[in-house]
Amino acid sequence: MVKNIKLIAVVFLLIVSFFILLKGLNKTNNYSPKLNSSKIDFNFKAKFLYSDEESTLYELINDKDFSIINIWASWCLPCREEHSFLLNLKSLEKFNIIGINYKDNEINAKKFIKELGNPYSKIIVDPSGVNSIELGAYGVPETILINNNSKTILKKYIGPLDDKKLAELKMIIENEN
Amino acid sequence: MLNQIGNYSLYIALLSSILIMIQSPILLNRNNINVSGRIFSLISIQSLMIIISFIALIIAFMISDFSNETVYNNSHTSKPLFYKISGTWGNHEGSLLLWLLVLSIFLLIFTITSKNLSNKYRILTLFFQEIIILGFLLFILFTSNPFMSLFPIPNEGTGLNPILQDPALAIHPPILYLGYVGTSIIFSSSLAALISGSVNKTWAKHIKNWVLVSWIFLSIGILLGSIWAYYELGWGGFWFWDPVENVSLMPWFCLTALFHTILILEKREMFHSWAVILSITTFSLSMSGTFLVRSGILNSIHTFANDPSRGVFILCFLFILITLSIFIYFFYQNKIKNNIARTYIVSKETAVLINNLFMMFFLSVVLIGTVYPIFLEVVNNDKISVGPPFYHKLIVPFMIPFLIFMAIGPNFNWIKDKINKINLQQLLFFILSIIVSFIFLKRVGISYLFSLPLFVASFFLFFITIKDFSVKKTNLSQKISHFGFSLFILSVLVNGVLAKEYSSNMKVGDERKFLNKTIKFESLKINENKNYQSLEANFKITDKNNSINLKPEVRVYDQPQTITSEADIESTLYSDNFLVFNILKNDGFYNVRYQIKPFMIWIWISIILISFGGILSIVKKNG
Repeated sequence: MVKNIKLIAVVFLLIVSFFILLKGLNKTNNYSPKLNSSKIDFNFKAKFLYSDEESTLYELINDKDFSIINIWASWCLPCREEHSFLLNLKSLEKFNIIGINYKDNEINAKKFIKELGNPYSKIIVDPSGVNSIELGAYGVPETILINNNSKTILKKYIGPLDDKKLAELKMIIENEN
Repeated sequence: MLNQIGNYSLYIALLSSILIMIQSPILLNRNNINVSGRIFSLISIQSLMIIISFIALIIAFMISDFSNETVYNNSHTSKPLFYKISGTWGNHEGSLLLWLLVLSIFLLIFTITSKNLSNKYRILTLFFQEIIILGFLLFILFTSNPFMSLFPIPNEGTGLNPILQDPALAIHPPILYLGYVGTSIIFSSSLAALISGSVNKTWAKHIKNWVLVSWIFLSIGILLGSIWAYYELGWGGFWFWDPVENVSLMPWFCLTALFHTILILEKREMFHSWAVILSITTFSLSMSGTFLVRSGILNSIHTFANDPSRGVFILCFLFILITLSIFIYFFYQNKIKNNIARTYIVSKETAVLINNLFMMFFLSVVLIGTVYPIFLEVVNNDKISVGPPFYHKLIVPFMIPFLIFMAIGPNFNWIKDKINKINLQQLLFFILSIIVSFIFLKRVGISYLFSLPLFVASFFLFFITIKDFSVKKTNLSQKISHFGFSLFILSVLVNGVLAKEYSSNMKVGDERKFLNKTIKFESLKINENKNYQSLEANFKITDKNNSINLKPEVRVYDQPQTITSEADIESTLYSDNFLVFNILKNDGFYNVRYQIKPFMIWIWISIILISFGGILSIVKKNG
């Protein structure tokens, strides 16, 4: 009897795994974030890179009309390339650039900023990567343009910024005004 | 032409497979007939046909026969001959043909070397092995045939992924496959032994060699993969807990456990059922590995094909085999002799049992880490990523008792030993390890919770395994493997603790200071090679006493267009200097990463030592 129960249990387990794997086969491997709408959740709490205080993203995006959220990491090569564009953007008055430091080591992150300059008005850290994924990030770097008044996403760029994307960003802001 | 040869020989092999399967039940009931007759010739024909088809594919690759679809997709005329040949198994279709080739050759070897065992056992093993061969033949012929013809014949192929153009990687898959496929023989023979009621000393003695052979090839295969990852992927690490790496590690844990269990079975007639269960599990894990890698269910550099129908086929085949073996196990379980020999707690048997427990624990951790994300995503649509921290957190604390047991265990006697074996000498070594680790960690300045006990345990194992070379009781191959393992753990730990990294953006002529060294970017030149252009940088690393030149490259392959970074590594007995650079888009700056990796070479040496112990054990027995 005990033997039969064991057998049934093992076979049952096998069948379950079989169907799970079968279903898994038909899925694509690409991760798509759950939130496709332009409303996102800014209410997560995160620590700043340069102090021990915590803040929510919500509080950070109140200052001006627009915010640019840039998700980056020191280990990410395209982020280095992108950095000069962000430094350029900093000179524009209409928005703040908020950095989310994604799955990074604090020392390396600070070194990165020291070496290449700081375009961000605030940097919060996301060591586990969860908050960035909740924001809908696919990977680093990623840039999200937000309208501070309506709290909606205007535009999202996956991959490093370049001249074309930069021009488009500026145009969107012009049009929104 | 080559396509037809390959195709027809595969069909003949399929036919012989079916014939063997029909014949074996008939032969099974006639006890006096020798298998060597008709079945043996069928097996020879089958192997021959598969060898012919494999050679046909190699030739197609060598002469760049683009009427063959596989060659067209994975080769290019400008490739060096060596990579044309290794391209044969660097793709989905070819690698499966290689699997099949090894399967049939192993079966042939098995038939030849098992002549003095009972007929029933041999025929049953053949039967199960033929099921596996048949499965693979069907899979190859109907979902991934390497001999598909193309018409009109293209002039040029599309090339092999440049990242795969590397000597270590060219021989990595064949070696790993030898290990994987070896487990199929263990699987078939354990089922055969179960049915014929011969799970005993004789079986253990016979199958031990196969366990060792698979284990050695698996170890070396994993080693080659890690070496490749170390210098080609340019991250400076050698193990990333990538699902595909895990998949090769799991059968390794299982085989290690099985090997120790088989020893007990041979010497003491114990753990019969456990040995059979382990044999089944080992093979199931190897097959699941093939499934996970080949089906594209995992996202990884190893994924070749993303064709769901292939995945469904392997999945069904895998589950049929596993279910079959489980039913056989449950129905014939009673046949296993269950003489529970008297054993005491302090004995070699217990030591092996503890080894097995730890192996199963490590196996479960890796299994969960690998499979759980897939399951979770399917069931719940959640995406989680399981990285090194998970494995480190779960494995490291258990490593400590494991290492200590490994130091003490092998010295126990069979059946019963006295507890006072843990004698003064061992105590002294233990105290010595505490002192050494304490001084070491103090100097390095590490205060992580587990680091002290971990270092103590590994130094302890290290000292004890060295000391054991002076004891005559155990055999030399075991001493070498165990010493190799202790060396491995120690080098990994020291490497992990002392590794230093520096990264910066530099242009030609720049100089940076790092620790007490100066890194100078001296020059940059462009080389034209056969199928790629390379950008070769010259860095000079100077410290107080000497200076070395490192010449990393960035290669731009033309077919298909890909950029790879080749690290330059200067290896000495004490440490590796690892330097890799990448192109940045703006103004002549390059991203440079310089790493000092102490005792790196000892990691490789220790794995070679571990495997060498296994080789020695086979050679000694047969010599």
